[in-house]
Amino acid sequence: MKIVAICGAGIGSSAILKVNTERVLERLGLEATVEAADVASIKTAAADAQVILTSPEFVEAIGPTFADVVVILNYFDQQELAEKLDAALG
Amino acid sequence: MTLPPLPERAISIGVRARDWRDAVRASGEALTRAGFARASYADEMVRMIEEHGPYVVIAPGLALAHARPGPAVLADGLAIVTLAAPVEFGHPHNDPVSVVLGLAIASVEGHLAQVAGLANVFNDPSTVPALAAATTADEVRRLMGVGS
Repeated sequence: MKIVAICGAGIGSSAILKVNTERVLERLGLEATVEAADVASIKTAAADAQVILTSPEFVEAIGPTFADVVVILNYFDQQELAEKLDAALG
Repeated sequence: MTLPPLPERAISIGVRARDWRDAVRASGEALTRAGFARASYADEMVRMIEEHGPYVVIAPGLALAHARPGPAVLADGLAIVTLAAPVEFGHPHNDPVSVVLGLAIASVEGHLAQVAGLANVFNDPSTVPALAAATTADEVRRLMGVGS
């Protein structure tokens, strides 16, 4: 399974999302690879992803996709991440 | 823990910002003062938000201003600006912002470990309000878990 975290630059915020997602997946006992990418490369980065994690601003730019687009409000709230990942993957 | 370097001169306390651009530029000035970025990096950080929206407000009260690695970045480093009065970035859930982190990343390789260090600090929800209330650079460094 593949999860992609999207932000404007592909570093910084999406990297924080990647790090915390990996921590939450481990806690939930789920296995997935998590990639950080910038919104410009979304089409290739997310081509084979099941889940796209991002903030509200990028939903429109991500456009139509087969992946679940999950909007994260607080990148440091592992509870929010856990609940939303569980809902998307469960 | 491997936070990006956060020297005292990269910390500005109680900055008066009229708007989010002012606040982001203050973090750029701090990065430049500390030798992490050229002055033009502040413009790049502002442009990222103009282009993509206020997504850099990644938690309540906290903005992570940054742009891409490039010629404006001189070295990996972190700046912290606390605002005298919070400003709106236009984020639907995390406004208003009282703490701005400025992040300069020289190369994508290896930056994950530094970002993981940031996550260690900010996964504790009390960190942002504590930083906002800090009155000295020493206190900020202590809250960030770097030596004092």
